[in-house]
Amino acid sequence: MSKWLNPRSAFGIALIAAALIALPFVAAMGGQAWVRILNFAILYVFLALGLNIVVGFAGLLDLGYIAFYAVGAYTYALLASPHFGLHWPFWVILPIGAAVACFFGVLLGSPTLKLRGDYLAIVTLGFGEIVRIFLNNLNAPINVTNGPQGITLIDTVAFGDFRFSGTSQVLGVSLSGPQKYYFLLVALAIFVIIINLRLQNSRIGRAWQAIREDEIAAKAIGINTRNLKLLAFAMGASFGGVAGGVFSAMQGFVSPESFSLIESIMILAMVVLGGMGHIPGVILGAVLLSILPEVLRYGVGPLQMALFGKMLIDPESLRMLIFGLALVLVMRFKPAGLWPSPERKRELSEKRAGAV
Amino acid sequence: MKRHRKVPFLHVAVDLPKMDIFLQQIINGLVQGSIYALVALGYTMVYGIMGLINFAHGEVVMIGTLVTITVATTLIKAGMPVAVAGLAGLSSAVLVCMALGWGLERIAYRPLRNAPRLTPLITAIGMSIVLQNVAMIVWGRNYLTFPHLLPKVNFEFAGAHFTAIQVMIVVVSGLTMAGLVLLVYRTKLGMAMRATAQNPQVASLMGVNSNRVISAAFVIGSALGALAGVMVGTYYEIAHYQMGFMLGLKAFTAAVLGGIGNLAGAMAGGILLGIIEALGAGYIGDLTGGFLGSHYQDIFAFIVLIVVLMFKPSGLFGEKTGDRA
Amino acid sequence: MQAKLSVVALSVAAALAMTACGKKEEPKPAAAPAAPAAPAAKPVIVVKLGHVAPMTGPQAHLGKDNESGARLAIEELNAQGLEIGGAKVSFELLGEDDQADPKQGSIVAQKLVDAKVAGVIGHLNSGTTIPASKLYSDAGIPQISGSATNPKYTQQGFKTAFRVMANDVQQGKSLGEFAAKQGVKTVAIVDDRTAYGQGLADEFKKAAEAAGIKVVATEYTNDKATDFKAILTKIKSTKPDLVFYGGMDAQGGPMAKQMKELGIKAKFLGGDGVCTPEFMKLGGEATEGNYCSLPGMPLEKLAKGPEFKDKFTKKFGMDIQLYAPYVYDAVMVMADSMKRADSVDPAKYLPAVGQTKYDGVTAMIEFDQFGDLKGGEISIYQYKGGKLEYVETLGGSAVGAVKEAAAEVKEAAKAVAGAASAAGADAVKAGAEAVKGAAEATKAAVEKK
Repeated sequence: MSKWLNPRSAFGIALIAAALIALPFVAAMGGQAWVRILNFAILYVFLALGLNIVVGFAGLLDLGYIAFYAVGAYTYALLASPHFGLHWPFWVILPIGAAVACFFGVLLGSPTLKLRGDYLAIVTLGFGEIVRIFLNNLNAPINVTNGPQGITLIDTVAFGDFRFSGTSQVLGVSLSGPQKYYFLLVALAIFVIIINLRLQNSRIGRAWQAIREDEIAAKAIGINTRNLKLLAFAMGASFGGVAGGVFSAMQGFVSPESFSLIESIMILAMVVLGGMGHIPGVILGAVLLSILPEVLRYGVGPLQMALFGKMLIDPESLRMLIFGLALVLVMRFKPAGLWPSPERKRELSEKRAGAV
Repeated sequence: MKRHRKVPFLHVAVDLPKMDIFLQQIINGLVQGSIYALVALGYTMVYGIMGLINFAHGEVVMIGTLVTITVATTLIKAGMPVAVAGLAGLSSAVLVCMALGWGLERIAYRPLRNAPRLTPLITAIGMSIVLQNVAMIVWGRNYLTFPHLLPKVNFEFAGAHFTAIQVMIVVVSGLTMAGLVLLVYRTKLGMAMRATAQNPQVASLMGVNSNRVISAAFVIGSALGALAGVMVGTYYEIAHYQMGFMLGLKAFTAAVLGGIGNLAGAMAGGILLGIIEALGAGYIGDLTGGFLGSHYQDIFAFIVLIVVLMFKPSGLFGEKTGDRA
Repeated sequence: MQAKLSVVALSVAAALAMTACGKKEEPKPAAAPAAPAAPAAKPVIVVKLGHVAPMTGPQAHLGKDNESGARLAIEELNAQGLEIGGAKVSFELLGEDDQADPKQGSIVAQKLVDAKVAGVIGHLNSGTTIPASKLYSDAGIPQISGSATNPKYTQQGFKTAFRVMANDVQQGKSLGEFAAKQGVKTVAIVDDRTAYGQGLADEFKKAAEAAGIKVVATEYTNDKATDFKAILTKIKSTKPDLVFYGGMDAQGGPMAKQMKELGIKAKFLGGDGVCTPEFMKLGGEATEGNYCSLPGMPLEKLAKGPEFKDKFTKKFGMDIQLYAPYVYDAVMVMADSMKRADSVDPAKYLPAVGQTKYDGVTAMIEFDQFGDLKGGEISIYQYKGGKLEYVETLGGSAVGAVKEAAAEVKEAAKAVAGAASAAGADAVKAGAEAVKGAAEATKAAVEKK
């Protein structure tokens, strides 16, 4: 099976490409809402891969990743909405959003270089909250973010006259708004996957891994840990910024409540659950965690009706409960994630053997 | 200098125009900080021994409050005296939370001792979600009112108001911290705990049953959580299934600020955090000409934390933990 | 005027027909009189209406309340056996949960668009209503919210967005006027930094300042806070006459309590978010004697209010939380528009929604050019002995419109029954009473015949 799905073989690539192209049309049979769910799943893949650079590669525990997503989203919202009367094109704002998020990444990274582990976790968490609270309050004395009211009527993505909202004909195929965003997101996701893959085995990637395993040793062999850690923060943040921009355009509305701590935790959970540092694992984690709640939403109610003939616990309560339990159980039985990298698996089994 | 206020019975002349307000803010901060400290002690207890952030600790506090409400309210309705009902509520909350702490460790954390270090963190977050939702199913989604367990006694001191409950909270958290210090540094169990914290393998070679020691830390930490829950409930008189999360987060910040793993540090961090928040909300707005007002109350704590950690990367009172991640 | 008169007359005729049939439901005034249940084998079309509110999370109780309101309306409509466009219409409610999360809001909105609903009732929160409204607007589906009070919702320029409740601007304004009337000179304002709280507090501030009240402190908290002592202490130092809170009951109750503990003598005033039994439960004695406001008129003061309350409590076995009557009216307005347009096709009946003139449980519903409720009265209540006591109703800017409507109804009542019903001096009250009067007169006429 792994041979078939091996992305390196031409056949595997063709198969995956065909599946990716067919997916939105298959999903659309169940309604456009499923395409939208799919879009959010890909957006989360994107975010999780960005965070994977920071957490998975460099081993820096970041609990405030959503801040960069928020920065990107607001950059887009401010530059393409009636709020300031600006309507810059999508392809101009996206790099700006990435750059602004990148700046924030360095801003977070620089004071926290000395920190490790849990100290870093709480500081990044604090940073995420600081960004959210500022976004929520910067409506006075000068109205920058419009505060808790959020920004409405954000422009949709458009290339010239080709707009991403509403249905349009492309090469004789009718595409709905969400389907168009799907292809945009897939393109961006492939881009970030390629960067992730290239990074993993590059000099930088190896250096990050060295820092992750033993920072002091890494320093001793001449790795510039400071710059590399900053680079990890900056790169992760840039991806967050791009994802935020797309989110903004897709939703047409941003408000600070979309960028709460629980979102950061969710993205971290995707990375860890899937298999930290292992790209296919992270993708799996992101897809699972973003789709699972939806599946549970539609599955739990009818199941109870079938089993007991009545609703014992209302499905909404049960959904989060099952989600929490899933996290616990996966961690219990597959502590390195659902799809860990082969090296990681090996290390773990060695550690186990050593511990006994 | 003009004398604005005189409090004759204390023979204290208050010179500064709004000394009473300042004093009130300090009291506010001290009480809030003591609550943070009490919860932070639970975090630090577990962290000091296992190096694990028990994210679900806030939820243990929440369960403690809700159990007390159920037990105390039922008993009061059944005609029991309030004092008895309160004590019964407290003890049942402590028992339930101890069992919960023991169970958490046994079921969720123990199997992960040798897992990568993020794994138990995710488990803790998962447990936190599970406990919240179980609480929601059991106690419902609405806010619950906590029964009046203590008579309302108000004091006034130099223009500042405070209640008997507030005094009790400060005293209880101080005593708890002292008790824990005694436990850790003066008893055999404490010695075993310190040994396990240093090196569980070596400790077990020395005849310490590290599993039991870790269980004990969880059970004690959770009992403290229950106690904190009862204090929070008595003070604010409301409870909700989501109350634990934010409280846990703040307490965790306090623990890190003081140097996580250090009991006195947790206490100091908690009180410091409380006072920073109160003074921040009270004065920063005026100092910055209204630009940074109380809407930034929640971030003062984080900013102070970042600044402290920049200069003292293991917190105010933390020992250098070396490469422990 | 003549045309409007005939509308009312027709509706009364419809009422007669319904009463004659021995139906229990309160008759719905409509341009096209609903024929007495026709047994003939007419085609049945199912009209799907979407309803969205948070069913999980801290606001779930409000979400359930909204949905119950909608369900009640749907059941009554179905029991009436409406006929639209020559076919028998059966309404079906698709309830969705947006978790009060804007992202979920747009997903479920898309779901409803896919399901080709004829209209959407909701959402509950402004935060989810606003992003979702774009989707409905793109799909041309009319949306009526019974509880999203953020002014932005209708100001986006969407033709499909309506609401049957006074918005935050109207409410903040009335609260400011009320404070001035109470002789308040200085006020401290607290908001919870949510879209609702901040919007309300800002509008209150404007109105209060316009009325010559001095704002001595502006403080903030958040919607998860339990401790307000730091900001209250600061407020104490400014010695205001009144503390205004823009936010929800879960924070407002403890806040009122902590004010008392700190020895603050100022009164407490808040909007609909704290005008709940929950607030009094959480605030205890500290709430006594303080004021809050709710959009619209109290149910007891409305012609159909008590009846609605009875129906609701009987059916669901629980009290109305907050917005259920508004959501009920929202459904009714939608059905009424379909009847008037004689079509269930959104494209066809959408223009009719804008021309609504519907005598609902909560108010005489008419929309302005934005889709906001015309008139939009705000009632002030006082917390007394653990109960909310009605104090007065403030009309805001649109008293005139209400007055006019009231006069029309009154005339109609005269025309039909030939008996003048006494209307109170207060123009706003007159509106409600006149409606009641008309209904009573109708009943009397039936009995005479």
